[in-house]
Amino acid sequence: MARITASVYTSHVPAIGAAMDLGKTHEPYWQPLFAGYEFSRRWLRDNRPDVIVLVYNDHANAFSLDLIPTFALGTAAGYAIADEGWGPRPVPAVQGHPDLAGHIAHSVIQDDFDLTLVNRMDVDHGLTVPLSLMCGEQHPTTGAWPCPVIPLAVNVVQYPVPSGRRCFELGRAIRRAVERYDEPLKVQVWGTGGMSHQLQGPRAGLINKAWDQRFLDRLIAEPEALAQVPHIDYVTEAGSEGIELVMWLIARGAMSDVDGGLPPLLKHRFYHVPASNTAVGHLILENT
Amino acid sequence: MSLDKPYLDVPGTTIFDAEQSRKGYWLNQFCMSLMKAENRLRFKADESAYLDEWAMTEDQKQAVLARDLNRCIAAGGNIYFLAKIGATDGKSFQQMAGSMTGMSEDDYRAMMLAGGRDPRWGR
Repeated sequence: MARITASVYTSHVPAIGAAMDLGKTHEPYWQPLFAGYEFSRRWLRDNRPDVIVLVYNDHANAFSLDLIPTFALGTAAGYAIADEGWGPRPVPAVQGHPDLAGHIAHSVIQDDFDLTLVNRMDVDHGLTVPLSLMCGEQHPTTGAWPCPVIPLAVNVVQYPVPSGRRCFELGRAIRRAVERYDEPLKVQVWGTGGMSHQLQGPRAGLINKAWDQRFLDRLIAEPEALAQVPHIDYVTEAGSEGIELVMWLIARGAMSDVDGGLPPLLKHRFYHVPASNTAVGHLILENT
Repeated sequence: MSLDKPYLDVPGTTIFDAEQSRKGYWLNQFCMSLMKAENRLRFKADESAYLDEWAMTEDQKQAVLARDLNRCIAAGGNIYFLAKIGATDGKSFQQMAGSMTGMSEDDYRAMMLAGGRDPRWGR
């Protein structure tokens, strides 16, 4: 049977991708940030999954205002890299895992989560920057990501967005689905976005280190209680775009301690300000 | 019964909800068109003519021409859509975000390097 081996949490700031694409990672501005992912790249090489379920949000690239799915699961064989207005990032296209994705869709929808299924979708920095951070630079044609990826795009752009509680419960349903899959696959769930940031209005540039650190503490130790935090607290404390953090609760809800397993092992924790307008947070939790 | 919108009085912040989305539909869809390289070229060649192809309000068109992102947001724009205009102009997200704060580009960058805006701002 398949199982979830670990969850990874990271911000997905577009400027991080640009810094990698333009060869700026050793500049003093970026060096401390990338140093925080050196361990993570070694860890991923040593703990390579068969599939990654990557929770992220589309930033008005695959989805315009014509279609706003709350939870959109990618069931395609592959995904092209989006042109977000600067031209597509020079990174490899993303290979999907239609069989496991279809299985998750079947199981999770029967579990009362009304997912939207997507068979054609370009993926933006929300999905590719976490891959780049965790895997390092990859040549767009001769390089490759380490394994197939199942994208799970969450609407955090147009309100109302799903509650933390709903995200957490979806994570639990994904774990139940994965554990019912016959092939013995090792699956990681990655939750991305955040941490505190605000990209709009006179309040742009907001960062709340204390709130972010407390979020990391609670995500590790008491995720179910953290999932009860209402949207307005994210907006007032972590900035309007800090709401992306609800997506981390999907990955956390997929860990086995939530349903009676042992507490996960904290393999890595990192926090850095700033990357462009944003506070960067990063965790790796392993199921034991 | 009215809907619960506790986010309406957060200082210096406009939450993009269904109401804003309805107001800004064509403004945001115009922005989406800039994801195609040929449309970016056409827009840059004659901005007013390109904007006239969209069912946007005059206020939305003027806000785009002036690159006044606060005004665009008040008119229903969303930052992730508006970012396509910045990308077309070769602006970074930091330059775009900073432009809405009344700060100079250098001052905004320095504020971010020093740890960002105090979360108690405006309260």
